[in-house]
Order: sequence, then structure tokens, then C-alpha cells
Amino acid sequence: MSEAVELGFPSLRLVPKAEGKQSAKDFKSDQEVRWCPGCGDYAILAGVQSFMPELGLAKENIVWISGIGCSSRFPYYMNTFGMHSIHGRAPAIASGLAITRPDLSVWVVTGDGDALSIGGNHLIHALRRNVNLKILLFNNRIYGLTKGQYSPTSELGKVTKSTPMGSLDQPFNPVSLALGAEATFVARTIDSDRKHLTETLRAAAEHEGTALVEIYQNCNIFNDGAWDPLKDAEHRDSLTFRLEHGQPITLVDGSRGVVRAADGSLQIADVSAVGTDALLIHDVHSEDPSVAFALSRMSDPMSLANTPIGVFRDVRRTPYDALFAEQMAAAKAGGSDDLATLLAGSDTWEIT
Amino acid sequence: MGKQTVQLDRVIIRFAGDSGDGMQLTGDQFTSRTASFGNDLSTLPDFPAEIRAPAGTIPGVSAFQLHFADHDITTAGDTPNVLVAMNPAALKANIRDIPRGADIIVNTDEFTPRNLTKVGYDTNPLEDGSLQSYAVHPIPLTSMTVEALKGIEITKKEAERAKNMFALGLLSWLYHRPTEGTVTFLKQKFAKKPEILAANITAFEAGWSYGETTEDFSVQYEVKPAVMAPGRYRNMSGNLALAYGLIAASQRAELPLFLGSYPITPASDILHELAKHKRFGVMTFQAEDEIAGIGAALGASYGGMLGVTTTSGPGVALKSETIGLAVSLELPLVIVDVQRGGPSTGLPTKTEQADLLQAMFGRNGEAPVPIVAPRSPGDCFDAAIEAVRIATTYRTPVFLLSDGYVANGSEPWSIPEVDSLPDLRVQFATEHNHTKADGTTEFWPFLRDPETLARPWAVPGTKGLEHRIGGIEKADGTGNISYDADNHEKMVRLRQAKIDGISVPDLEVDDPDGDARVLVLGWGSTYGPINAACQMSRRKGSSVAQAHLRHLNPFPANTAEVLRRYDKVVIPEMNLGQLALLIRGRFLVDAIPYNQVRGLPFRAEELAGVIKDVVASV
Repeated sequence: MSEAVELGFPSLRLVPKAEGKQSAKDFKSDQEVRWCPGCGDYAILAGVQSFMPELGLAKENIVWISGIGCSSRFPYYMNTFGMHSIHGRAPAIASGLAITRPDLSVWVVTGDGDALSIGGNHLIHALRRNVNLKILLFNNRIYGLTKGQYSPTSELGKVTKSTPMGSLDQPFNPVSLALGAEATFVARTIDSDRKHLTETLRAAAEHEGTALVEIYQNCNIFNDGAWDPLKDAEHRDSLTFRLEHGQPITLVDGSRGVVRAADGSLQIADVSAVGTDALLIHDVHSEDPSVAFALSRMSDPMSLANTPIGVFRDVRRTPYDALFAEQMAAAKAGGSDDLATLLAGSDTWEIT
Repeated sequence: MGKQTVQLDRVIIRFAGDSGDGMQLTGDQFTSRTASFGNDLSTLPDFPAEIRAPAGTIPGVSAFQLHFADHDITTAGDTPNVLVAMNPAALKANIRDIPRGADIIVNTDEFTPRNLTKVGYDTNPLEDGSLQSYAVHPIPLTSMTVEALKGIEITKKEAERAKNMFALGLLSWLYHRPTEGTVTFLKQKFAKKPEILAANITAFEAGWSYGETTEDFSVQYEVKPAVMAPGRYRNMSGNLALAYGLIAASQRAELPLFLGSYPITPASDILHELAKHKRFGVMTFQAEDEIAGIGAALGASYGGMLGVTTTSGPGVALKSETIGLAVSLELPLVIVDVQRGGPSTGLPTKTEQADLLQAMFGRNGEAPVPIVAPRSPGDCFDAAIEAVRIATTYRTPVFLLSDGYVANGSEPWSIPEVDSLPDLRVQFATEHNHTKADGTTEFWPFLRDPETLARPWAVPGTKGLEHRIGGIEKADGTGNISYDADNHEKMVRLRQAKIDGISVPDLEVDDPDGDARVLVLGWGSTYGPINAACQMSRRKGSSVAQAHLRHLNPFPANTAEVLRRYDKVVIPEMNLGQLALLIRGRFLVDAIPYNQVRGLPFRAEELAGVIKDVVASV
């Protein structure tokens, strides 16, 4: 394939660079976007299309792979290579592609049902393997394409068409799940916050290995306003922790912060009472995932109080595909690749 | 001290013992020596699904049958001439298959009251006269082995474990097998354990010497080498041949092979084998489940690799949705199904042909998939190459339907010249293929080759060919999402026409007498038993024709014509009549199904009986 070039993004160093300057328009396909008017997916699509030129990659070397669901229509709207596959299986298909083609930048688009319900197995195994994939998980806490059943992230007691008396399912916290699945990069962002979305995409793109980005996304038809407390100007700053590497972990309004209690657990305290020096400093590169996990558990799934937004974890572990390539190279250096020798084996006889 | 040598034209030996007795290894070694001696041969390993069932019990019996001859043979044989029974369970489990007059070599050390009781013998069959009509050779194999190994620094248990080599030595003497190969094999296997190596070689030699000196065996047998076509040969098992066929196809296609797989009996050996051959650019990926195995393979195919997945029937069930996606995406993919007894978990280590209709129809919607089936262990090599040819030429998933019998069986294999293998190179799309009304050009991912109806294989990384594909119905040509009624009708028919139009070789008929009125039609691993049965029938004066289908979808173009030539068509299958259903439905031929699902291949003699009855009825 094409020659490799050195880029600012280490995970993309084997991907050929674009010849000219790109713009968001270059990444818009000729297909009419068919999400419901007002859907949060529009904002994410626009955010991604405007971020892509920053990578400076040849767009024919970018591939978007999705499963099934509203979010999974995403590849059709990107003027790159793309595959709209089957429900839940995008990480598996993308793994096969990414392992065999290090010259590609492979992105997976999935939803809370696609990734966490029918495709849960593929998601956790992709994360533990650490294949060079970027997974964008659009979480709207509902099944949209099937018209409004509860999802694995819906809150307990959720009344939907399939749960008229309320959901009995304990929801998944996608960040906690990913951290438990040995993920090397886990982040969370919000569809409507373009600046934060772009920053998070950049961090994910820079990461070597699998990056999981949970994007809180609004389904204005079946679960409208699910994330409103984190969006409206009146409440968001008092509900949201902004995770920034090297910075103390506080609510955006600065009123409360995270401290470590005597028993080692994390606690939320008034900053005025404990002082800024007592606040926990966020370390995305900590090998030990326990603080990241504890942070992921702070939020209340019902009220959304104390929801951390940002990069939870970003550690270096040689990606699966790099190790795979190393084994291939070692094997090729170490033996004959003569087909006739292989077929003959060592124990033959001649009949004349 | 020479004994009398008796010439035989063929021999069937069955080694049977406990799962831990090393019967498969013993059988393999006897087979290798027999192969290099130049006999034609065919083998049937038969082992339990449990790794180590309780010792000394019937479920724990593992057996290996070998048929070797001075002439061309195609089955592992119906009835053994010799049974080697390492314990009472092995005797009890196998005695009903042994014809009167046959030799039975038993390890008397294991015939203890406790072991006899364990398998339900009230009295010792070696003493109660129940084996009177057999030539029983009672030998204390274990204690003689332990005695022979005195002086070697190993435990008693380790010494006892070498008893299979004592048995192998005895059988090698009895049938004039060369010994060097076995010694070489042991030296390699136990290179790092000199005491165990010494024990095994000593036991092997002790077994040989015992044969020479004991009065229990008055004669030695000899089976002369078979007359086979000139060439260089090796012994070849089905799974190995299939793995080699995939590697060869990858080399000839100049496409790196990517295997996405999940372990399952009896297909795992293909994964193991391919994992050894990274130097040929072979990539193997053990996925988290069957679905991910095929998903990764499809992803690799999308990226321009030769994507392959290997599994057995239960795995195919899980992969069905992805196979449907591959049909819709029109990407090359090879799905290897090494069939086993079903339904559900069924009989993991036993053979069956009951996945034919699953391969044919087991998907939602109209989702035609070509099917190729090997007829013998060595034929798995050619069948794999053929499956790859169809997949890459027609941009379609292809089923390769092997089964437990051909997968684990082995036969002499004429090593092909690499240059004689087909050229499978493919052309990826590199440029626009459609001119718009305004004179500009663009890429249409679903613009078809007029001859093959295959769409372009446009791999990511190809400048200017950015496009999106998916499982949603797509517009003919552009590939854009389309819910249009007429377009869907057109696309369904196009996908079907593409598969129906695959060029496959004509069905050949073997009718040496030229006047047969009965045709025996088979597919897959039943070739051997059907062939042996037809030969048997002809020797007894019945005219019968044989035809064997390698391509089950599409059928060869001359199939209808061949079927109509005969008054009666008999279809033996290891299922309840799946090919018969297809033949009846497709060709309106009132085929006569003959079906067995015993987890074992047909017996030739039984099939010959069926043929005789049908021939008599026309």
C-alpha cells in the first residue's frame, strides 16, 4: 500500500497523509442525511467532519464502520470508505480490517444498544485487545430506530413501550464497563459541546490502541432531554466535573471537588471547606485504573449529578495490531516460505 | 529366525484402548510407516468428545482404524481383520464389529475383576469361551513392557505408559512395517526427555522381538505396495490438506490469508495449522466468539485480504447473519464447515453431513451461497483452492463443507507441483467506472462485470474510490441505499443469477460397463464408501454408475442430463435426505434416498446391498 508518513498522531503514523489542505466539506458525502430533525447525531456528524481535516490523512485511508441503529447510519454521510454492517458486530469487523491494514485509520460508530447490548461481547474484547480502533459510542439511553424501547443505559424504572411498568434492568455505565474491560483510553463528551467534542476526538485520535469515546447524545423523539441537566446553562456547571489532566477535579463552577477519604475512597467535598490543596489532581496516564473507575462511579444515573466529562484514562500499552505485525515479521525472518517445501513435508516416498 | 510369511492383498486393523493409552498416536505411526512403505490406505480415527473420560469405561474408549492394501482403496474398511484391545472396555466396545475368525490381541494385564465389572462383564471373556470363534492372542502387554524397561530411570507409571509402543512394535513385526520412521519420530517427540525416549524405543523394540520369538504368532503377513500413479507421495489428513489448500490458494491469489476463527471440534486443527505458517503471510486471529471470527474475516476481506473462517455446524448457526451480510456486500469470504453430528452440540467428534441445507438456506432473505465439498482427505486441498477461486472471482462468501470423517481421516496424497495450481490472481478496482451526464466520472461500487456479475473489489486506501457499503438494500450500480420496490426485485435476482451462473466443471460419471441403469449419486465424504460399494457390486455382476458432486450450489450444468440417463438414482447420505430433497426439488427426479446418521461413515458392504436391491428392481 502507500508509503507511511510521520504524523503528529502516533497511532496514525502508518496512514498516508493528505496531499492538499482539507476542509469539513471534503468529508461530506453526497448522501442526504436522514436522521430526525433535531437529532443530536447532526451535531456529532458536523463535529467529526470539521475535526477530520485536522488529522490531515488521505481520506481514502479513513474507514468508518458501524453496526445497526440510528447512529450506525453515520458512515453513509462521511465521504471516506465506510461499512454499515450488522447489529453489534462493528468492533469485530473493524478489528479484522485494522489488524490487516495498519495504513488505515479505522473508526467505529455505535450506540448504547449496538455496543452494550447485542454487541457487548465484541466491545469488551476489542477494548482488552487494544486494536488500533477509535470507537464513538452515541449514548441516548433509548432504542431509537426500533421506536422507543429501553436500552442498557436507560435508568432503572424507565417507562417505555416495552416496559410499561418501568424497566427492571440495572443500567450499564459505559465508562465503568470499558475500564473493567482493560481499556487503555476512555473518555466521555456531549453532542452539543462542539469544543469539548473536538478536544475529545483529538485525544482519542492521538491514542495508540482502542479508544472508547462515550458521547451523550439526545434523541429528541423517544428520549428528549435525557441529558438536559448537563446542557442547560442554569444547572450544568454545578452537575458536571471537567476532567483535565494535571488539574484538580472540581465541578465546573468550582464549588465542589474530589478528595480522597481516609479509607481511600473518593469523596466530593466543598472546596471552601477542604481547600484547593486537598483536591485530587486528575492523572489520565495513571497505570492503576482504580481512580478512573471511582470517578466513573460518582455520577447519579437518575439525576446526573456529579457527572465527569472528559478523558478518564489514557495509558500506553502496545496495541494488538503492532504486536501482531511483530510476530508476522519475526516469523517471516525465521523460516522458508517455499510452498513446494511446505506441501512436501518431511516424510515422502516416490512411486515411479 | 524367519517365520512363514503370508501374502495378503489388504488388511484392516483397529487399535482400541483407553483415551489415555495413546491409540491415536499408535495408529498415526502405523499409518505413516504404512504410507511410506507404499500401500494405499485410508484411516478412521474414532474418539470420544471427553478429553479423559473415566479410565477403563466404555465412553472412554478411543479407537483408530486403518485399512491398507496392495491396490487402490477408498474407505477405512468395514470389518477389521485385527483388533488390538488394550482393556476390557475396548474389547466390549468393539467386539460387535469384529468378524469371526479375526485376530484379537488383548492386553491381559487390564483384564482384572475390577475392570471387567466396570464394563459389565460378569465373567472374563478371555476365559469363558465367548471368544472361541476368534483367534485371540492374550498378551500381558503392560507387565512385559515394564519388564523390558527395567534399568531405565523412569517411574513404573511412565514405564506402563510405553505399552502402546510395545503394541506398535508387535504389529509392525506382524505386518512387516519399516521401523526407522517410528524411531525417528520418537527421537523428535522426546528429544528433551532422554529417559522417556529410551523407554519408548526399548518398548517398541521389545514388542517387535516378542513377535519374532513368541509361538503365539506362527506367521508374519505382508501386504505388497499398491500400484499408484507415479509421483511423490505423502500421507495427508483432511484438515491438514484443507489448511495447505488455503495457504496455496493465498499464494496463488497473491492475497494474504486472514483466518478469523473460534475453536470448535473438529475444525480447530485448521486454526492450529494455519497459526504455524505466518511466514507465508498467513494471519490467524482467535476471536472472542464465532461471530467475531467471521466478522474479523469479513473486515479483512473488505481490506483486500483473503478472509476465511473455520467452524463446525453450531458455529455456522452463529455466523449466519454475517454470511448474509457478506452476500449483501458481495465480498469474497470462505466459510469452512467441518460438519459433525447434530443438532445442537450433538456428537462433536463424530461425522455427519447434515449441514447441507443449513449451508444452502440457513440465512434470512434470499441469500444464495456457493457450496463446495471435498470427497476425501487429500481432496480437501483442491476443494479449498476451488472455494477460493469462486469467492474471489465472483465476490461472494463460499461454503466449504468438509466433515469429521475426511477431516481426521488420512490417505496417501500425490504432492502437486506448485506451478500446476490455478492462477488465482485478482484485480482490485483502481479507477472510476462510470461517466455522469456532465462528463465527469465517479465510482460505482455495484457496477457488475457483465460476464461474472461480480462487483468491483475496491479496497480502502484506493484514491478516488471512497464509497459506502452496507447490509441495507442498495441501488443497482451506485450502491446507494434504496428502498425502491423494483430495484429490490432486481438486486435479489441479480445476486441469485450471479451464483447460478458460477462456472463449475461438469459432473463426471463412472460407468465402466456402460450399460448401468442405476446411478448412485453422492457428495462429500461418502465418496469412498460409495466407490467401494460400486466396485463391490460390479464384481458381483451388477451394473451401476457412480457420480459424485463436488459443487452443491450451483449444481454442475449437466446434472439434469446425467440424472435423466438413469432409471433410478440412489442418494446415500449421512443425514435424513438433504441432497435428495434438493435433487427432487430442482430436477423433479424421484431419487431414492438412503440415509444413516450413526456418526460413522457408511459400510461399503451395506451400501452394496442397497445397490443390489435397486439394480434388481429395474
